[in-house]
Amino acid sequence: MMDNRKANTKPNKSKRGVGGVVTSRILSYILLIFLTIICLFPFYILIVNASRSHVQITAGFSLIPGKNLFQNIKDVLKNSTFTIGSGMRNSLLIATLSAVLTTYFSTLTAYAIHMYDFKLKKYAFTFIMFVMMVPAQVSALGFLDLIDKIGMRNTLYPLFLPAIASPVTFFFMKQYMESVLPTEIVEAARADGSSEFRTFNTIILPIMKPAISVQAIFSFVGSWNNYFIPALVISSQNKKTVPILMAGLRSASYQNFSLAQQYVAICMAIIPLIIMYFILSRYIIAGVTLGSVKG
Amino acid sequence: MQNPKKSKKFVNYSKWGYIFLIPFFVTYTIFSLIPLLSTFYYSFFELYWANGGLSKVGPNFVGLKNFFKLFTESEFLKYFGNTMILWIIGFIPQILISLLLAALFTSNRLRLKRQGFFKSVIYMPNLIMASAFAMLFFTLFSPDGPVNQLLIQFGFVNAGDPIRFFSRITGTRGIIALMNFLMWFGNTTIMLMAGIMGIDQGLFEAAYVDGAKPIQVFKRITLPLLMPILSYVMITSLIGGIQMFDVPQILTSGSGSPNNTSKTVVMLLNSKLSPSLNYGDGGAISVILFMLTALCSVVVYRSMMNKTGNDEVKKKIREEQRRK
Repeated sequence: MMDNRKANTKPNKSKRGVGGVVTSRILSYILLIFLTIICLFPFYILIVNASRSHVQITAGFSLIPGKNLFQNIKDVLKNSTFTIGSGMRNSLLIATLSAVLTTYFSTLTAYAIHMYDFKLKKYAFTFIMFVMMVPAQVSALGFLDLIDKIGMRNTLYPLFLPAIASPVTFFFMKQYMESVLPTEIVEAARADGSSEFRTFNTIILPIMKPAISVQAIFSFVGSWNNYFIPALVISSQNKKTVPILMAGLRSASYQNFSLAQQYVAICMAIIPLIIMYFILSRYIIAGVTLGSVKG
Repeated sequence: MQNPKKSKKFVNYSKWGYIFLIPFFVTYTIFSLIPLLSTFYYSFFELYWANGGLSKVGPNFVGLKNFFKLFTESEFLKYFGNTMILWIIGFIPQILISLLLAALFTSNRLRLKRQGFFKSVIYMPNLIMASAFAMLFFTLFSPDGPVNQLLIQFGFVNAGDPIRFFSRITGTRGIIALMNFLMWFGNTTIMLMAGIMGIDQGLFEAAYVDGAKPIQVFKRITLPLLMPILSYVMITSLIGGIQMFDVPQILTSGSGSPNNTSKTVVMLLNSKLSPSLNYGDGGAISVILFMLTALCSVVVYRSMMNKTGNDEVKKKIREEQRRK
């Protein structure tokens, strides 16, 4: 897509004066800068206030960071109602496992539909497409009932195991395979005596790497940010994930958390994601574009 | 020496299609299909735990009673109205700004620089944890928060009388809409950009050669050709809007305050999933949510299939040119 557009960006010698273009270009930049400020300002204030003391924060607004960041971090870590350490560990574990499971098995499912001809293929594909739009909230009641019955209530398993069956990731993988995966490669592997499973693991997975990394990021972020299901499943403090801790922070009283501590706590929940985003943003945006043009 | 082509005939590869589908279907059946069906099943029953979970009431079959109760006794319709209001006031600015940005980013005439940076920035809020984002906005807009401090410093507000955003209907709803706007406009912009870049560039060039103004080109060519993607964006956003939960839940600490005016359908569902309340009510809400989503999905599917596409507009333009 990008190349296609670039090829067409020949200087457009318009008969209308250059002045009009310059004016609209300036207006465009003003709009973009305005939107950038709206997007970044809340995060800037977050960081500034995270580095100020409670007294400074209540005293008034400031654009200049204070010097209390490390003290605030220490205070939050000491606070026993906000177990950010174990929260991060749980979230990291769940998000990583979800990303691994969903990319591996969605690629496998897409491969089954893409590469093989079998009787029920059409029905299987239609079924997956059909359930793609069913939101997780709709089956929450039955889900809770089920994990009660199989003894998974208040464990981390129900937060990552369902990632094996993710229709949306499957759909993305299937689309990607259609554009990159030649059948000849698989036939050559077969001729060389490679088993189907081995072909998938050693040949197909590496070819799918770009799609896998994009989907791994999305699945990681989605699972890291998930609140609805974990909040229903998890009850003990040491199993809570970061979003549940955040919700607890909202209803906490000011006596337990100074404002400075609140800002630091929010920072701890989102700064890792922001850093990761700025390293990977180019791939993430390419991934969104890739996923949206087809369909 | 074995001929690979000959040996292939003796191996039945199609069985591998089935084998590779097993993990998906087993997991889906256990964690999604069975829960979905049992949710529907429970929606026809009265079932709850009383006396602190000691005694079980039900399951007693009550037919459609849970559904009737939902529409008559509970404020389901009001919460559905809230959900739609919150979605609409966030979606309107989102689609307008996104359309404008997508047009600017893809314009060959403007050729804006630093596009990568701007795209990264506007997409960023989409990835931020909704719960932390909500907590952040709660702190920013609280009576002694930075927004009020700023307003006081500029003299818009008296120091002793800060704006209590969260005790006003417009304040709370406005902040939820603002957050939804911030979280989604980057995503929508990128989708629309992809749509615009998929349009045959020859059409734009032809129009400019004929002396069309940029606004005319946008109205006559870009917008009609973008219709399938626009309706896709709108309906997927509607489906997301129906599921709105994290932001209002955390912003109002689950209360939907002031006076339940920012309580959404999924917040109601969430509150019904506690054991002391009738599970059947939760089931009934889920069934209705499912039907609404299914309806929207059918419309999405239709709009995606009905791509009028480049060809028709091209034909129209050619006809017009011939007439000239």
